[in-house]
Amino acid sequence: MNVKIPEMMNRPEVLLRGNFACAGCGLSIAYKTAISALNRPIVVIPACCASVIQSLHPNVTYNVPTLNIAFAAHASAASGIARAKKMRGEDTTTVVWSGDGGTYDIGLATWSGAAERNENIIHFCYDNGFYSNTGAQRSSATPRGAVTTTTPGGKREKRKSVVRIMAAHDIPYIATASIGYPRDLYTKVKKASLIEGYRFILIDAPCPTGWNSDPAITPELGELSVKTGFFPLYEIEEGKLTFSKRSIRYKDPANRLPVENYLEKQGRFKSMTSDQIKLLTDDLQHEWDMLSRLE
Amino acid sequence: MKVIILNEEIELKDPVLPLGRPTLGSAGETGDWRTYRPKFIEENCIKCYKCWLSCPEGTIRVDAHGEYPYIDYVYCKGCGVCVHVCPGRKKQKALEMTPE
Ligand SMILES: Cc1ncc(C[n+]2csc(CCOP(=O)(O)OP(=O)(O)O)c2C)c(N)n1
Ligand code: SF4
Ligand code: SF4
Ligand code: SF4
Repeated sequence: MNVKIPEMMNRPEVLLRGNFACAGCGLSIAYKTAISALNRPIVVIPACCASVIQSLHPNVTYNVPTLNIAFAAHASAASGIARAKKMRGEDTTTVVWSGDGGTYDIGLATWSGAAERNENIIHFCYDNGFYSNTGAQRSSATPRGAVTTTTPGGKREKRKSVVRIMAAHDIPYIATASIGYPRDLYTKVKKASLIEGYRFILIDAPCPTGWNSDPAITPELGELSVKTGFFPLYEIEEGKLTFSKRSIRYKDPANRLPVENYLEKQGRFKSMTSDQIKLLTDDLQHEWDMLSRLE
Repeated sequence: MKVIILNEEIELKDPVLPLGRPTLGSAGETGDWRTYRPKFIEENCIKCYKCWLSCPEGTIRVDAHGEYPYIDYVYCKGCGVCVHVCPGRKKQKALEMTPE
């Protein structure tokens, strides 16, 4: 059952107004929804837009304790904090809040170690599919065909499935969520917060600046990525995958909206050829097939 | 500032940790960024709070559940998300974008 809005309204405000995020930023929606679901959070942030939008020292836009740290240290710093807080008997929730660059690419060895040790932390990855704050370079989360400053002709490789790598660690809880469905995101975070051990939540977070999309349609892009089968929503608990209510019907490709409905709203996919779109559609189906094996 | 290192209390003259504090308007009055302003039309509002859920800035304010939302124009960046998600009453949106 999804959370009711009044419950969400009663939670503390974690992201303060008047910060450096671009207008219509998906990361901001992801952050305020997810972090507000946690009790006494401590947030560890590697370099990413989330470290930029907190604005200029000594002012901080985050209304929760926040540690900024190097990429390769995020999950190890969080491990240390979580252990120290436990030793001191303090009831806090330690989380990593990282972009896709810091999860798919640069911080991978670190979180893999922490996941293997089953450290008591929640790892959030807000996924905008590229390195946004450094000027839109590709990451291994960038989908095929997307234009970034380092893939001017559109990326030639498919997007990496970080969730399946995470799943190979057999951690207690994994979920995907989208800013297009904030109540589903909040509900999953709340559920994760009641579980012990390493938990991972991947959040689809459209970025109007880098995707070259209208800032007003950020939530609509979140919904479209689900309805076209581009970003499936599911949970993996103790190795067993369950597609979420919002996504289950899109397991059948016949129920999905044409992927073009999603692509045409973003400048980054403008130059895609029909051959590239076909390859992209195959990539998406491959991911659905691989996920279905975990059901 | 006093810190405890290895059980010893040490007085630090200058803060050695770059500690910041939560601040409203940490990047200034971001309402200046707007070229369009969302305008609220009360008679079309069904209090569904979708605008509140999706506003990236937290500038859709609701004092208590059951009250009408209002907009904090000091910080609203004019992204238009609230207008886009508003279902309104009988297809008449309760929010619309108007030029500044
Ligand atoms: C070890 C290291 N390499 C490179 C950088 C430069 N750098 C800072 S942020 C960033 C990209 C972050 O991308 P992502 O995690 O996707 O977050 P986003 O910017 O999209 O929010 C890079 C490459 C760095 N700070 N440290
Ligand atoms: S570049 Fe994208 S993710 Fe970064 S603050 Fe702007 S909209 Fe948000
Ligand atoms: S225009 Fe954007 S920032 Fe302003 S209230 Fe609406 S959603 Fe929030
Ligand atoms: S989304 Fe529209 S109808 Fe719903 S509460 Fe906001 S203004 Fe009112």
